[in-house]
Order: sequence, then C-alpha cells, then structure tokens
Amino acid sequence: MSDDNLPDLPPQEPIADPGLPEHQPRPTDVDPALAKRAERQVAALFGLSSVCAILFVVAYFTLDIGDDHSTVLGLGASTVALGATLGGALLLIGAGLIQWARKLMADHEIVEMRHPSRSPDEDRAATLAALNTGLEESGIGRRPLVRNSLLGSITILLAPAVIMFRDLGPTPNQVAEDADYLGAGLENTVWDRGVRVVRDVVGTPIRPSDLEVGDLVNAEPETVFAVNEEGEHVLEGVALQIAKSKGAVILTRMDPEDNTPGEGREDWAVDGILCYSKICTHVGCPISLNERKTQHLLCPCHQSTFDLANSAKVIFGPAARALPQLPLMVDEEGYLVAQSDFREPVGPSYWERDSQASTSE
Amino acid sequence: MSIDTSKVADSNSEAATPSKPGPAGAVASWADERLGLATMMKKNLRKVFPDHWSFMLGEVALWSFVVLLLSGVFLTFWYTPSMGETVYQGSYDPLRGVEMSEAFASSLHLSFDVRGGLMMRQMHHWAASLFIAAMMVHMLRVYFTGAHRKPRELNWVIGCILLLLGTLEGFTGYSLPDDLLSGTGIRAADGFMKASPVIGSYMSFFLFGGEFPGESIIPRLYTVHVLLIPGLLLALITAHMLLLVFHKHTQWPGPGRTEQNVVGFPMLPVYAAKAGGFFFIVFGVTALMGGLLTINPVWLFGPYDPSKVTAGSQPDWYMGWPDGLLRIMPGIESHWFGHTISWNVMLPILIMPPLMLTLLILLPFLESWITGDKRDHHLLQRPRNAPTRTALMVSLMTFYGLSWAAGGNDLIAIIFDLSINQITYFMRGAVFIGPLIAFIITKRWCISLQRKDNDTLLHGYETGIIMRSAEGGYSEKHLPISEERAYTLTARDRDPDVTETATGPDTNGIEPKRSPVAGVRQKLREIAFADNVQKPTAAELEEAHHHADHEHELQAGLDGVSADGHQFDGHHLVEDETLRGDH
Repeated sequence: MSDDNLPDLPPQEPIADPGLPEHQPRPTDVDPALAKRAERQVAALFGLSSVCAILFVVAYFTLDIGDDHSTVLGLGASTVALGATLGGALLLIGAGLIQWARKLMADHEIVEMRHPSRSPDEDRAATLAALNTGLEESGIGRRPLVRNSLLGSITILLAPAVIMFRDLGPTPNQVAEDADYLGAGLENTVWDRGVRVVRDVVGTPIRPSDLEVGDLVNAEPETVFAVNEEGEHVLEGVALQIAKSKGAVILTRMDPEDNTPGEGREDWAVDGILCYSKICTHVGCPISLNERKTQHLLCPCHQSTFDLANSAKVIFGPAARALPQLPLMVDEEGYLVAQSDFREPVGPSYWERDSQASTSE
Repeated sequence: MSIDTSKVADSNSEAATPSKPGPAGAVASWADERLGLATMMKKNLRKVFPDHWSFMLGEVALWSFVVLLLSGVFLTFWYTPSMGETVYQGSYDPLRGVEMSEAFASSLHLSFDVRGGLMMRQMHHWAASLFIAAMMVHMLRVYFTGAHRKPRELNWVIGCILLLLGTLEGFTGYSLPDDLLSGTGIRAADGFMKASPVIGSYMSFFLFGGEFPGESIIPRLYTVHVLLIPGLLLALITAHMLLLVFHKHTQWPGPGRTEQNVVGFPMLPVYAAKAGGFFFIVFGVTALMGGLLTINPVWLFGPYDPSKVTAGSQPDWYMGWPDGLLRIMPGIESHWFGHTISWNVMLPILIMPPLMLTLLILLPFLESWITGDKRDHHLLQRPRNAPTRTALMVSLMTFYGLSWAAGGNDLIAIIFDLSINQITYFMRGAVFIGPLIAFIITKRWCISLQRKDNDTLLHGYETGIIMRSAEGGYSEKHLPISEERAYTLTARDRDPDVTETATGPDTNGIEPKRSPVAGVRQKLREIAFADNVQKPTAAELEEAHHHADHEHELQAGLDGVSADGHQFDGHHLVEDETLRGDH
C-alpha cells in the first residue's frame, strides 16, 4: 500500500509503533463451561423478551384505557403496562445480542487498509477525457445558441415554479379590501363604536360598577358571542378565531389619580377603567399576568412588561411598542362599550405597519 | 478482485453457496444472478469498524430516527390534520363537549381511546428529543476529536443540515396537536415572519392562507412534517452513511493503528450484532419512556384559543436558545420612511440562528484555511491536543447554554426566587462575556493537560509511594509507563512552528509585503498554535530516562524487596510478599 494519495504515517517519534498488541483470550474462549453459561444467558434474555411480548398482548386486551388516567402514576394502566412490556421485550433482545457479541462471537480485531478518497490520476484523466468527448460530441461548446437558449428556458421555468404558489393565500391588502368577515385586515378588528366589552368565556356585558379598583378582566368584543335572528352565531370558524386573535382585550380599573393618560387619550377611560389590546406587540402572545400593586402587565412568553397606568408603555423586556388602547365609553344601558376601533394595528410589528397606522386614523 | 468477480459472474451454482446449497443458498444464488450481490457484499460483509464508546452517539441519532419513522407512521393512522371545528365527544371527561379543531380532537382520541396510542405519541415525542440531542452530542464528539477534517468536511456539512432539518421537523411536529401551547408557538412564529423586512406580512398571509390563524396552517405543516422534511432527512442520512462507509470510520491512535489502516471488528458478525442490538436498546428505551414518562400532555393545555395563553409557555428544548435570545434582546424597533424594522425580533430569530448554522458549516473550512493543513486525517485527536479548536467549541457551547438558560428565565426566577429583570439584565452581558471566559479557561486547561501528558512521558506515573531518603527527605516514587501507552500519548503530529514563517525578511533584508488577509491568517495561526505544548523529542525522552535510571540506582538497594514500590502500584501481585520483606 504505497499509494501516494494515502496520508503519511505520522512520524513515529519519539517512540516507535510497538504494533498491535497480542490477542488476549476471554474466559469464554478458554473455558467451555463459561461459554455454555454465556450461551444460556443469551438464550434466557431472548426468552424473557418473548415473555414480555406475550405480556404486552395480554395487557393490550385486558387493561382499560379511557377516562381514568389517575390509575397508575397518573398515566393510565394500559399505557404504563404497554410501555413497560414493549420496552422490556425490545431491551432484552438488544441486551441478548450484545451479550452474544461480547462473550461468544470471535473477538479478533482485524486490520483493513484504507484507500484514498482521491481517484488515481489515470482515472481522473480517463474521466476528464470521457467528459470532454461527451461534451465535444454534444457540440455544446460550438453551438452557443443552443446552450444559451437552453439555459434561458430553464431559468424561465423558475417563474412558473414560483408563481404556482401565489394562491397559497391572499395578500394583506386583498384581505383588508375583499374579505367577507368583520374586521378583516391587519389594521382592523371587530371593535367599532358601540361594541360592548364583554367578559371572556361567558360573554356577559360589564358595568363600570362591576369592577373594583385593582381588578383585571379578560374581555372580548360582544361580536364574538353575538347571534342573529335565527339564533346562529355571527362569527364562526376561521372568522371567529381571527376576531379573537385581534380583538381580545384586558380591562383594568385603577384610581383615576394613578393613571397618566396619554396625549389625546384623556377621555378614553371610564371611572378609571382602561381597556388595552391583550395581544403583545412583540410577537403576539396574549398577555395575561397582572401585578395588581404596580399596575404592570407581563407577557408570559417573553416577559415584556407594560405599565397600564401610563398608556401601557413598555417598561421592560423585548417589546418595542405600547399596547394599543381601546377608547371606552358607556352606552345608554350603562354598559362599557368601545368609542371606536383601535386607533393603530394590534399585535406584532410588520414592515408596512407605520404607513397603515397613519392611513387608518 | 477480478478472480472473484469472474467466479461469481460465470458460475451458476457454487459461487454464492460455498458448501451444500440449502434453501437459503438457493435464494442467495437466485438473487445474485439478478443483482450481482456477491461482488458488492464480499468486501462489505467483513468491513472493519473501530470500537469506541463515543462512536455510539451517532448511532443513537440514527436509531432514534428509525423509531421516529415507525411511531410516526402509527400516529398518522389516527391523527386528522384539519382545523375544522368539532365538538369533542371522546373519553376524556374535562374536555367533553368543548369545541376544538379536529386536529386536537384526534390527538385526544389517540391519547385516550386508542390502546397504545398515548404510548406511541409519547414515544414519538421522546424519540424526537433524543434524535436532536444525539445529533448535537455526536456533532460535538466529531468536532472535539477532529473527525471533521479532510476528507470528511462534506459529511460535516450534511450533519449540520441534518441538525437544522431535525429542529424544523421537531417544530412542525409539536405544532400539529393544535393545543394551546403549540398554538402559542405558531402565534409566535407568525410574529417572527411578520418581522421580516418588506415581505413579512406577505409571508405570513401566504403561509396561513390569510390572516392568522386561518384554517390552512395545520394541514400545511402536516405535509411538511410527514413528507417534505422526512424525505430530505432520509436522503441526507443515507448520504451521511454512504460517505461514512466510503471514507471508513476514523479511529483513535494506538499501537498498530495508523493513518493508513483501520483496526476493529468486522461488520459480520460482531458489529452487526452490536449495532443491531443497540437499535433494540434505543427502541426499548424510548418505549419505556413513552409508557412511563409523560411528555407534552396536550389534554391539560386544552384546545388552542388565540385569546388565551398559559404561564411558563416554552417551546421544546431545542428551540430554547433562540427563544432565550428573543427574551433578553432589548426592545429596539426602527421606524424609517414609514416602515417598521423590528430589530428586537429580527436579530435573535431571523439572523442569529442562520448565522450560527453558517458558522458551524464553515468550521472545518476555516480551520484548514487557518492551519494550512490540507492532508487527509483518519486518526482522531484528543481534545487537549487542539486547544484552540476545543476552546472555540466550548465557547460556542457556552453561548448556546446561556441563551438556552435565558429561554427559561421565568422558570429560573420562580424556582430560585430571583428577580426576572435581574436575570435578564445579567444574561444580556453574560452571552458576550461567558463565551470569552470559557474560551480562555478551556484553552489553558487543555494546555495544562498537554503538560501533564509530557510529565507522564518524561517522569513516569505517580505510584503513590512515598520514599524516604537517607537524609530524611520525602519524595514520591515515579515509575515509567508502558511502551504502548507511551506510544499512544506520542502518536500525534507536532504543530507547525508559527513564529518563523516564509514572510521573514528576504536575503536583502527587505520585508515582503503581506496582504491584510494573510496578516489575519498569520495572527490566527499564532492563536491556534503558539501556546501549545509539543510532545517531547527522542533526546528529551532519553535524557529523562537516563535521569530516572540514576534515581533507580540510588534506590537499588531496595529493588527486589517489598519497598521498591512495584508492589503497591496495582500492577503487580503482592500476595507472596510482606510489607517489610526481609528488612
């Protein structure tokens, strides 16, 4: 093996290679009794594996699966038994195979010479020659018109390949203009003048007197729960999910003296009750952790913290913008309603947000 | 080679069946006449694989991928990739009658009404974690031992891409149940996409088929998860294995193990039995975990509702490090010419992970550019013998670890009763300073270990026997190590001398001009090599042995009796000797 391409042996200095050590026989190589015992061990492992497999079948048909998951370790008897028996059956086969290899199979290390990754020079030359012949016979070098038009047509093929995916979804503008559900588009929500602020889950409207100072209520626009004359929900399926993903708000009540309303927001609160978007301006998690004493609201995903007493401005964390505020008033029945939609897009930032925010006002 | 081939090709009966052509032989002969298997297999059946525990790490990844394929196929028989609304009517009481997507309902059905379904779901999730963890540890092993060097750079690149694909596969996978936690993950992914400059909102609208959450994301992720990425993974894993076979495995240096050979056990029977057995072990362990250890209990999270979230929301662990960077990134956003640029999302999520991946992919190429080493390498290096490389990876690991810890800042705050704000401020500095400190410590540590090796070579090992000289001084007795061990310790290259380079003044004393790039390269070469400790030369060894011989002479009176020290070094039998001998 004096191939030039093989890596050099590292210089055998300062100590010469003593060569492979002599093979040491294992106890099972020299003692037939031990070898016999190892054989029985391996067979026992395989046998136990079969036992586990049979127990698996038994467990499958006898143990209950279903509503009571507190039976064993909080997991359910069936799952525990199936996992344990299947795991046992597999592990024992593995252990048997490895024991077999270690104790009984010949353990002589053998030496194999490496071959260089690089092709021998004559092969390289032959390949190059074949390649040149092929290219020559195709005439690709001599007929640039054919070559270039082929390259051109393959490049143009990219256009259909990319265009095909156009109908994956509408553009943001198409949604805002054409979609047939309420509050479509990134800069709109289902909030509108007079839409009641209702409690999350139950959908009951809220009077200012229902809230104590320090309270924080998860709320939704009434539209989410609204039904038409036939008793069907106005919003269903996707439209409902989209409405919730943009319309979710939190209501909080504080001593009006604690609140520092933002510029132009002096009349957005009712009796110290403020309403903010629940969707974080960072990447869009619904914000839910309220610190009652400080009026701070913390996002559980990335810990952006907003000061509710100061226009929900960011006081800590990775969010860059305050939570949008929903202007509140009271309707003739005394329930909290929105004065209008949000004055800026809710949720995470996006490239064209600034221009949209300015047009929507 | 030609002799064997002609035998197989010409003979109709005997080549594939050496002795009695039994039924198995007949099948083999039938197959060989059509496929020419014998020629292909004659070398590979006894292909040599070297043995070392660390070579098993890649195997864990391979076998857990097989487990993923098997358990994944099982899950697809019940899972419904649809966001259509349905009312749950299955066995799980707390959620009966609740409106949810069909995807979530079928996940519950799998967990509560299909026997073994929960076990398979959990096996699939555990195997996914194991797959990615094993790939990472395997990658560290490869890098720390220098197995990424020529001719294996391309296999390193494939490995890096496998890690990326595995991570994406994991993300698409845990999004499929459409529970509250996975929906929160998708919601965040929507925020990430929207943060992309210019095309962000378009990307989001195209992927979700309109506004978030739409009804397309789950079926689309499903196709990506069960077809697109697994197909790519399978193809790349095949390529990874074929290259491994082609290059032959690396081996540790030792007596008889050189750059030109490979010493180990043959594929058939030993390696096949060990690797095959190990497949069953990995399969068995994931089955035990799937049956006994709860993971991702989606029934506790409930169906996805875009207005809800749970405290302590976290992605699967392998997505934790970019999430951590996202948490500690200050809230910086630019508003330029009516456009919003969200640095607070772009930098940690859209820029850092691709940057880290690119760096990983480039590592072997950067290294060979800096060291100028273009030789093939089949012998592994101990991490200590490449101090700068080892230190570089440890510093990357430190960055990864700190970012990952930052992804759990809320849990750390709760468990250790600390201020989340202070943890976050600390992490902002630590991700920069930590890797630097780790680099310095690791490098010096490696160099100390190199010194220790040289010490052992020159002065022998410490016997633990304290000798008292005639003058009353005490010293520990050292004895020489075995020739095999000494050879193994010295079977490594000497580092190139980087202080004298070809760029010195020429014969006329004029400094040749050096391009700035060459200057940087020279500087990096010095960082890589200048502080390393070289193995002793033959002369130094000779000198040291001479010195030792002299010392032994002084103690010659003790030789052959108990107190010569050999008796207590653990290498000799002492049964027949008393402690004091005949003294």
